[in-house]
Amino acid sequence: MAEIEATTGGILALALPFVAAALAPILKRIIGAHAAWVLALAPAAAFAILFSFLPEVSSGGVVQFGFDWIPAFDVRFSFRIDGLASTFGLLITGIGTLIILYSGGYLKGHRDQGRFFSFMLMFMGSMLGLVLADDLMTLFVYWELTSITSFLLIGFDHEREKARRGAIQALAITGGGGLALLAGFILIRELAGLNSMTEVLAAGDALRTSPYYLPIFILVLCGAFTKSAQMPFHVWLPNAMEAPTPVSAYLHSATMVKAGVYLLLRMQPALGDTALWTTVLPAFGAVTLVMGALLAVRATDIKITLAYTTVSSLGLLVMLIGVSTEYALIGAVLYLIAHSLFKGGLFMVAGSVDHGAHTREIDRLGGLARHMPITFAAALLCALSMGGITPFVGFLAKEEIYHALEYGDAYHIALMAAAILGNALMFAAAFIVALKPFVGKLPETIDHPHEGGFTIWFGPLVLGVLGLLGALFYETYHALFSGPMASATYGQPVEIDISFVPHLNLAFALSLATIALGIVIYLASNGVRAATSRFLASVGWGPDHGFDQAMRGLLRFSYFVTNRLQSGRLDYYMTITVIAITAALFVPMILGGALPAEPQMPQLRLPEWLVLALILVGIVAVVVAKNRLTAIVSLGIQGFGTALIFMLLGAPDLSFTQFMVETLSVVILALVMTRLKLSPADHRPLREKLPDAALALAGGAGFAVFLLSIVQRPFDPALSDFFEEYSYAIAHGKNIVNVILVDFRGVDTMGEIAVVMTTGLAVLALIRIRVGRRAKAQPDPMETTP
Amino acid sequence: MRTVIFRFTAPYLTALMVLFSIFVLLRGHNDPGGGFIGGLIAASALAIYGIACGVAAVRRALWFHPMAISASGLFLAVVAGIFSVFAGTGFMTGLWVFPKIFGTEVALSTPLIFDIGVYLVVVGGIASIALALEERESD
Amino acid sequence: METALSLVVGCLFAVSLYLLLSKHIIRMLLGVVLLSNAVNLLIFAAGRVSSIAPPLVPEGAEAPLAAVANPLPQALILTAIVIAFSFFAFLLVLAYRAYQDLGTDDTDEMRVAEPEDDGLPPLGY
Repeated sequence: MAEIEATTGGILALALPFVAAALAPILKRIIGAHAAWVLALAPAAAFAILFSFLPEVSSGGVVQFGFDWIPAFDVRFSFRIDGLASTFGLLITGIGTLIILYSGGYLKGHRDQGRFFSFMLMFMGSMLGLVLADDLMTLFVYWELTSITSFLLIGFDHEREKARRGAIQALAITGGGGLALLAGFILIRELAGLNSMTEVLAAGDALRTSPYYLPIFILVLCGAFTKSAQMPFHVWLPNAMEAPTPVSAYLHSATMVKAGVYLLLRMQPALGDTALWTTVLPAFGAVTLVMGALLAVRATDIKITLAYTTVSSLGLLVMLIGVSTEYALIGAVLYLIAHSLFKGGLFMVAGSVDHGAHTREIDRLGGLARHMPITFAAALLCALSMGGITPFVGFLAKEEIYHALEYGDAYHIALMAAAILGNALMFAAAFIVALKPFVGKLPETIDHPHEGGFTIWFGPLVLGVLGLLGALFYETYHALFSGPMASATYGQPVEIDISFVPHLNLAFALSLATIALGIVIYLASNGVRAATSRFLASVGWGPDHGFDQAMRGLLRFSYFVTNRLQSGRLDYYMTITVIAITAALFVPMILGGALPAEPQMPQLRLPEWLVLALILVGIVAVVVAKNRLTAIVSLGIQGFGTALIFMLLGAPDLSFTQFMVETLSVVILALVMTRLKLSPADHRPLREKLPDAALALAGGAGFAVFLLSIVQRPFDPALSDFFEEYSYAIAHGKNIVNVILVDFRGVDTMGEIAVVMTTGLAVLALIRIRVGRRAKAQPDPMETTP
Repeated sequence: MRTVIFRFTAPYLTALMVLFSIFVLLRGHNDPGGGFIGGLIAASALAIYGIACGVAAVRRALWFHPMAISASGLFLAVVAGIFSVFAGTGFMTGLWVFPKIFGTEVALSTPLIFDIGVYLVVVGGIASIALALEERESD
Repeated sequence: METALSLVVGCLFAVSLYLLLSKHIIRMLLGVVLLSNAVNLLIFAAGRVSSIAPPLVPEGAEAPLAAVANPLPQALILTAIVIAFSFFAFLLVLAYRAYQDLGTDDTDEMRVAEPEDDGLPPLGY
């Protein structure tokens, strides 16, 4: 019974966003921006359903449901809700509800708001499916769906080239990573025989010692790193800021970019804690952490700043997952939840600032606190959490992280240094975004700053307050959300006891040092920005430029290939075709030993000899004909010869048809050719003719040998016997050929007469069309009249 | 080519050929012949008429546009196939009736209707091409 | 008989391929006509020339009493002849129009659809 309820509820939660996506454009048309209130019910309901699973999940249970999808390949449409999936799902649907409301206010009056809701909800459904999926193929399908919907959302403002570029870049990078992931999953399925995450998690030891561990590791990492924007694949994330702000707040901070991190967390018990894992992940993560944070401080657009801090945070997460110890994973989980809350909130704040002050440039912002007090409060709440100040969830995360890294060996010291530097830079970035626009003097360029409506400030405020509540009620928080998630990630139950009350230990001291360093960077942010810019200018190349170069290279390559393959010269194409045909005839016969035996001298009647000779005379005359009439007449001769052959060999129907066709051919050929004033003679020099002749002879010989080898085999008359036996008995016709045409194979004939009619139409169209040169002199009246 | 004798005899020749083509069409089920051959004979007849007396005369005599004839033929062929669907058998299954007309048994069937469709398609299509090409001579 | 037909079919193919390889559309057209005859004869011969009696059921019989020619290739070829003819007419008109429009029957000079060296397309998103 419980299982049925889980199935119904789970499928409902997964389907609701897609149903809402289908309804969104219609709803928008009927009730305008208020549609957001109705549409937000879908993720809210999904949230409630997932919440109802929480008692079972938080006590260590796993809810599973699904059904067969492609049984022949053991592909199931199956899902698995454990602590990890549950917390992720709650974040996706919870923040999703707020984001839908926020979009209702932010894009109010936009022409395509309905479409925007639709894309957004589709993404939500895909993301939810991704984190809940159990079967590997199901997961992959949802994974790619998030890439596609993200492409649509980034390119939402498709009339701007930058938005289009951002969309294509994101799709190329994350989609490419998705393909690598597919390859990795196929390896897991085919070589290790594991079809679902449940099986993968149960077979961790086997996977880690498997000889295919390395390729699986690399392919899965390619998927995770592209999606989660690790250096050097991070470029798409800042460029994705071309999307409207709700998209950035939702996809590019809280959810989609976490898909890669989710995958790493999910596979950690199975693939993690190997030498490779604990080296490669922290290396990429640490570099991404520091570089991302530096670039964040350098940016002047607050949205871009936030985008780079997201890159940086993802680096931190990857680094922690790479460390693979219990504390590191707890730190990662705490940081992930905290990050979703504060970064989603800060992005929405950035959108509100843009909405109220019409700019996002940090130099042109200031003094907004008086005009946008609620937004300022929300911004401060989020920034305090991001800066790791107690009592906010960000503080819990940072304490835990430092706790996990406080060991004396070089490995941990290096990572600790990266963490401190990155965190200090992010601290500075947080307050650049949350403080600078609100304090100081209001620049004159800002005309009439104003607070947005309820839906605009509600979302960030809720997320900011949640960051506070989570830390204040840390026991509930750990019991319901972070605890089960960390247990699922670590692979066995873990206890989290970190609280908002600071203890005087090394981690707290480091935390204080981080804040101090952060304040220094914040005060010196202009200097840091200038120094970073100088450094980047001196390098003069970045992965973003590299993407352009790669695209240009692709274009050049395809141009080169097309030029080679499509020379535009018909005689080349013909030559290649004839060579291919000749090879296709000879090679299988020679390899298969099917060459015909030497034929006997045929015993023919005199008329047969004469007719065959007639055909040969006709075709030779066609080749050597010097004028039009000779060519036409010779063509007619060989045609009539063919008709005579049919006559002699028991095919009167064919013979009549051939006679009629030859007559008509000669007539219309004469009609056209007399007007063409062209000689059928070949004026090319002999050295051009000879290779063609040799090739043609080879082709002809190929067909002759092919036919000989066919007729030397025994004949299977089954079909012919069938037609002969039943032609009169069933179809009441004595002319078997005609019965086959109009009865046994009637549908075939129907297709053929349709072709005859179509060519008739095409000829008429060609005849009636005005010839180009005359059309240029006299403009077509159809074109000038609107 | 427009000699007086040719122009004088062409209408009769055409009429005879068209008559013959219908004969060939109808006997096609039991003897050499059928829609394709009949259609080609009729199309040739029209082409001869066109060469002798001009395309305008042929178009007047035909009354319908050749492509319309062709299209109606295709329509007829499809209808012949659909009959059997109403009879509860598969598409294009042949149906036969043998009514006695003036004491002679006449075989009527959907394959015959289909063959007439083929005939019309071929007559229309090929005559259309031939006439279109002959017409260009005048300009 | 099949042997002799095979050789004739070979000759037909050789000549039609040779004509198709030349650069003049008029010669290529002639090649197309020969090609359709070659293919028809190929199918015909592949169905064997066992008997030269037409495939007809004699009066009063239910099925042919003696061996008759194979009816299946005949049915296939019959439609092929008509279709080949209509395509030939289409190609002829196409060639004629191309000649009127482009003023040449040399395929090397017919470069409207695939112009020579039209340069790299622009990179855009």
